[in-house]
Amino acid sequence: MLSAIWVAFLVLAVVCGAANDRLEQVTAAVGSGAAEAVTLAISIAGLMCFWSGMMELLRASGAATKLARLLTPLLRPLFGRAAGDREAMEAVSANVTANLLGLSNAATPLGLRAVDRLYTLAGRRGAPDTVLTLITLNTTSIQLIPSTVAAVRAACGARAPFDIMVPVWGASIASVVVVLVCSRLLRPLFPEGK
Amino acid sequence: MSVLRSALIPALLAAIALYAQWQDVDVFPTFVRGAKAGLRTAVGILPTMVGMLTVIYMLRASGAIDLAAAVLAPVFQLLGIPKECATLALLKPVSGGGGLALGSEIMQRCGADSYAGRVAAVMLGASETSLYTIGLYSGHLGLGRTRYAVWAALCADLTAFVVSAALVRAFFAAGA
Repeated sequence: MLSAIWVAFLVLAVVCGAANDRLEQVTAAVGSGAAEAVTLAISIAGLMCFWSGMMELLRASGAATKLARLLTPLLRPLFGRAAGDREAMEAVSANVTANLLGLSNAATPLGLRAVDRLYTLAGRRGAPDTVLTLITLNTTSIQLIPSTVAAVRAACGARAPFDIMVPVWGASIASVVVVLVCSRLLRPLFPEGK
Repeated sequence: MSVLRSALIPALLAAIALYAQWQDVDVFPTFVRGAKAGLRTAVGILPTMVGMLTVIYMLRASGAIDLAAAVLAPVFQLLGIPKECATLALLKPVSGGGGLALGSEIMQRCGADSYAGRVAAVMLGASETSLYTIGLYSGHLGLGRTRYAVWAALCADLTAFVVSAALVRAFFAAGA
């Protein structure tokens, strides 16, 4: 899907550029865009490295495990009968915690392990609600420190790169609530055919 | 209040380091290990950014982005989302790298501390690459269909975008 979009973008740039008589500028944009991408990636690398190091400290000091334990009672009501399974809930909490801390490298493998266990508990057929709950939860994760975005803001000359944190939390929480409510409301419209 | 706000990040950093020290973590080597993982991530997104940002610059130069923004503007105006960020709302659920590239282009062009620049940043921070995530997980399990997952995720993304714009207006009303 992504490839199709990318190809469409390229074609669109040529067609629009020809129609607007701006092919000269489109050609110039190839060089400036590629150079700007490298500049941006390099200027955000420092802050990304630094926060990744700090988050590793949180993980190594056991704070992440403590946070996961605190979250378990909040997550349990979302998973019905699967909530009784210790292995599943541990993996789910670890996945949500990794998302909260912005440990994206760790979050995906943990999420896949959690979803595997939930699928097994549900008999490995169809598209069970517990599995879909974790998947949709992962499409809306809340991040405590939005460090990548702050790094981009810093690279673009923001005075206080982290001052967008509260709006980020607010919008993330709203989207988590909506995804849970929507899933609940839509369930009867998409019955689980065996 | 402003002292508290400006103290938040440095104080948080100091607290994390102190806590790790107190828990007998070998602090600096552990930090370096984490930073290395961060570097791998940063280097890893470079090719994606080159591919995405170049095409976005080409689209911008061709006038296609302005055209798309003009077409989408009425709908997004209704939702309170600035027209500069309309295209970002369409791209982010599909591509994380593309979203980051387009978002950074908006911040660069409109200014990081402008209204549109801030909304773009909050939109990026508050949403995930939903459709990619659903594809990844359902592909891993071999799910034939995902029932309501796509609809619920898209509703949540739309909510995140609308609330992002509303909260930026509420928090940074004084301008800048």
